[in-house]
Amino acid sequence: MKSPGKVLLAGVAALATVGALAGCSSAGGSADGKTQIRVATFPPGADKAAYDAFAEQEKQFEKLNPDIDIIGVEYEWTGPTFAAQLAGGSLPDVFTVPFTDTKTLLENGQLADVTDAIEELGYTDKFNPIVLDGVTGADGKLYGFPRQAYAMGLHYNRELFEAAGLDPDAPPQTWEEVRAAAKAIAEKTGKAGYAQMAANNTGGWQLTAATIARGGRTQTDDGDGKYTSTIDNEATRAALQFLHDLKWEDDSFGSKVDLDWGTINQEFAAGNIGMYTSGSDVYTALVRDFGMAPDIYGLTVIPLEGADAGTLGGGDVAVISPKADDEAQAAAVKWIDWYYMQKLMDEDAAVLDAETLSKSGQAVGTPVLPVLSQELYLESLEWIQPYINVPLDQMTGFTEGIWEQTPVGEPKGQTQEIYALLDGVVQAVLTDENADIDALLKQADADAQAKLDG
Amino acid sequence: MTVMEQSPPALAEPEAPAVPPRPRRRRTPATWVRGGGLSTLVFLLPMLIVFFFFSWSPIVQSIVMSLQKTNFIVTEWVGLDNYVAVLADPLLGRAVLNTISFALLALLLGFPLPLFMAVLMSEVKRAKGLYSALAYLPVVVPPVVAVLLWKFFYSADADGVFNSVLGWVGIPPQPWIQSAVQAMPSLVLEATWAAAGGSIIIYLAALLAVPPELYDAAEVDGAGIWRKVWHVTLPSLRGILFIMLILQIIATAQVFLEPFLFTGGGPNNATVTILLFIYNKAFRNSLGGDFGEATALSVMLAIFLGLLSWLYFRLTNRWSTS
Repeated sequence: MKSPGKVLLAGVAALATVGALAGCSSAGGSADGKTQIRVATFPPGADKAAYDAFAEQEKQFEKLNPDIDIIGVEYEWTGPTFAAQLAGGSLPDVFTVPFTDTKTLLENGQLADVTDAIEELGYTDKFNPIVLDGVTGADGKLYGFPRQAYAMGLHYNRELFEAAGLDPDAPPQTWEEVRAAAKAIAEKTGKAGYAQMAANNTGGWQLTAATIARGGRTQTDDGDGKYTSTIDNEATRAALQFLHDLKWEDDSFGSKVDLDWGTINQEFAAGNIGMYTSGSDVYTALVRDFGMAPDIYGLTVIPLEGADAGTLGGGDVAVISPKADDEAQAAAVKWIDWYYMQKLMDEDAAVLDAETLSKSGQAVGTPVLPVLSQELYLESLEWIQPYINVPLDQMTGFTEGIWEQTPVGEPKGQTQEIYALLDGVVQAVLTDENADIDALLKQADADAQAKLDG
Repeated sequence: MTVMEQSPPALAEPEAPAVPPRPRRRRTPATWVRGGGLSTLVFLLPMLIVFFFFSWSPIVQSIVMSLQKTNFIVTEWVGLDNYVAVLADPLLGRAVLNTISFALLALLLGFPLPLFMAVLMSEVKRAKGLYSALAYLPVVVPPVVAVLLWKFFYSADADGVFNSVLGWVGIPPQPWIQSAVQAMPSLVLEATWAAAGGSIIIYLAALLAVPPELYDAAEVDGAGIWRKVWHVTLPSLRGILFIMLILQIIATAQVFLEPFLFTGGGPNNATVTILLFIYNKAFRNSLGGDFGEATALSVMLAIFLGLLSWLYFRLTNRWSTS
């Protein structure tokens, strides 16, 4: 037998290792009788003021609910991390997911059922029915609280407009005018006149938006969970031809053909892009996460052309992790109701929220689409009127024009997979002057159909 | 511990008659403990646990997962369906071709360059250490930082770093990683820059082992520098050259960092490599991805690389200089 001291030492070392490993998997639970829940806050990169505002709101909530302990967690919806975070238990108990993904997530059993909770809170029938449909499972149950919706808008840089001799108060209204403005900006300033996302599935997302804006659709819903791909259509062809012409004929697209949601915001905030299309609610992120100067910002509706044209809409849903226990789920519902929902329908809550945010210099009044009714949304804007700090006069093109546009939901079959597929098509057109658009569309259509059938 | 010491003899009894021929070598748990086996085990335990949780268990789990369709919440067994599906994926061919093209370009550019540099540096008489340090510097830069820095250098604007330099000699701005044609060579260029330092140090060390008498003899025979390199240096380095070659092939077959950070596989899939393809299968789709297909392809890649390594050992055994 070796010296007992040595063995003891080794034993301690082994125990320490096991302990350290076990520590990895311990999580949450109740401390001093309170129910702890971890809730999503902002994407990484948010400024300190955003966290100050959140800390204030956390305090307000915990005062109302002394038995709940809120822990804010940095969170951004990204495909690469979601499933692994969920499986690994590091996902917050409350987080948000885009409309398009909720159906599949809830079919996969990756979201908690909140039907009873919404019923109890009494606002099941207050939602915009189209929005509510997005969070209803095949079994008729509800799996989340739709909390914010957006429509696609055309964001533009007022400074670059002026430098190019364009009127920033009269933004383009047709795609032809967009093209002409882009050309003017590129020629006069050397910056990209118009840019479009092309990577990490956003290329497909924006191509779909551009298709719908030209009266086309990339997919038809045949019912029973069956879909037909209609990517090979005139509107998509026109949208790609538009990109081709800007890039190769006018040289107004700029050199970056690998931008995604984050990087295009970054480029725009830095003043390198004249115009781009993205969700109408992106102003908040542009200022909070990307440091944009509010003065340069302009927002208008995207041009619609063709008989059945509409603006692609989307949004996100506050959901609860299926791994949270009953107690945590109940606390999570309270938090969602307080943090996300009440400000949409209750004057006091709306005012308190707007006041807290504006005190920390956070954007208040960014244009969105109503998840409840249009009347309620417009009324809520009246309530928070004194706190609105976004330059609404630079967004009138959107705020006045949006009510005449028809919001169209994102395609539902294999949404992200097909977006990824279309990334390649967009990149092909932007990197190859002689790209055969017809052949690309035909191939993409066949590939998409294969994904829909598989 | 006391429990362990008491129980073994009882367990050992029935085993005893099973191994009669060599009584001296007979090992019972008791002798094993007395011989220090227990403390060895206890000392090994932390390592075993770490390996179990972070290496062996994931390996076994991924083989299991390659036979399943799972999103970690709902799991079903699908047999070899994942293997069939991933082999039928039209992008797989593209990924394999891209990986081969990366490997070939890296071989053309990245293999001779460090050797050339090492030979040059070994000829330098003064400040050898300084040159070695300079050559090794890129290896010290964290790979992700290096790639992000180069991504900045590769800006396709006319005022991008590389394009400005090209502009001085009258070459028009290049699209670099924004072009399907130039993206892969651009990646290889960065990878070569990043990895050359390590290879140079290894070659320098190997060059030191070449007996100086051989050079003296060659010089007496009237050989110039290139003939000395060709007839003395390269043959002496044969063993190390071969090892470096096979290591590079294995490394390039697993290239991931550069395409992932530089281009995300674009433009138009021009830089999707096998590993990036696996990653995209598992993680790109926000709805949980296809972990089954991703692990199936990983298993196949592991088998392929295993075969390659086996081949490498066979060949090095036969061709080795010693």
